[in-house]
Amino acid sequence: MPSIHITLKAETLFTLAGIPISNSLLTTWIVMALLIWMALAVSSNIRMIPGSLQLIMEMLIGGIHDLFEEILHEKNKIYFSFLMTLFIFIIAMNWSGLFPGVGTIGIYKNEEKSTAGFATPVAAIKDDLKAEEKRSGESVFVPLFRSGSADLNMTFALALLTMGYIQYAGLKTLGLDYIKKFINTSDPMNFVVGILELISEFARIVSFAFRLFGNIFAGEVLLTVIAFLIPILAPIPFLGLEVFIGFIQALVFPLLAAVFFSMATSKAEH
Amino acid sequence: MPEEGLKAIATALAIGLGAIGPGIGIGILVSKGLEAIGRNPETEGKIRTTMILGIAFTEAIAIYALVIALILKFT
Repeated sequence: MPSIHITLKAETLFTLAGIPISNSLLTTWIVMALLIWMALAVSSNIRMIPGSLQLIMEMLIGGIHDLFEEILHEKNKIYFSFLMTLFIFIIAMNWSGLFPGVGTIGIYKNEEKSTAGFATPVAAIKDDLKAEEKRSGESVFVPLFRSGSADLNMTFALALLTMGYIQYAGLKTLGLDYIKKFINTSDPMNFVVGILELISEFARIVSFAFRLFGNIFAGEVLLTVIAFLIPILAPIPFLGLEVFIGFIQALVFPLLAAVFFSMATSKAEH
Repeated sequence: MPEEGLKAIATALAIGLGAIGPGIGIGILVSKGLEAIGRNPETEGKIRTTMILGIAFTEAIAIYALVIALILKFT
């Protein structure tokens, strides 16, 4: 009976100068190259009467600009470029996992266990036997591509970047008042509230990272399991669902970031 | 193998119990949002944005349960 191939962490394909290159990193690079090419193609010939590509991009960016305008008001001018970049990058990453071939095309890799030099002879022999078994028996399947959002490293990096920028924006606009939100010694009640604020700031990093990772990884697991149970026709509605979830998650991430931006850059009202 | 059985039960319980609360929460959120839109149709855009934000916050709890379930299952 064939087993389903699901792993929580991205597999290493090869190492480049000591840095392990995983399959999700490879996919991220390809998506990044495509996005850069698209940006150049759209921005190189902007005309008053737009072509089809320019029209699509203008509608997309204009619609989302209005959405953020409702949350950020006049501050939208400062933060919109960052939030839109987040949206485009995340939606491309989410949808990259839905292409045929992603997760199914791969290589077979022999996992060789190196025996430690100081191991006892018996253990060494046992290890050798095990390695022998593995080499002759089964080799591990490693997919060549994997959606970037299905790797916790990527989502955690995005969450850290976003929260770091929010702290910077808060410090820049409010100055000392921003620190007073967290460390307030005016009275004991405010001090406790400040500590809670500080904790929630760190909880946001985790919730940012896990929301995106959890949704996309769960979607990949769902698609794999459905395709395993009923290979014909049944995965199609689930693919549609995953397209929708990918869009919603890509929208929710910058939307939440926008709310946090507006909270960090506005003075507390009393 | 009792350990693997326990692990499977733990995985199922983690996501199963964790999905109850957010399910009820999202249901209440969307029903109230729709009621509001029905009463005041011209504010649809604003209500929808806020509703999706609320759903995202509520859903985060289910995602935490899912992460626990995934960690139990695949490690």
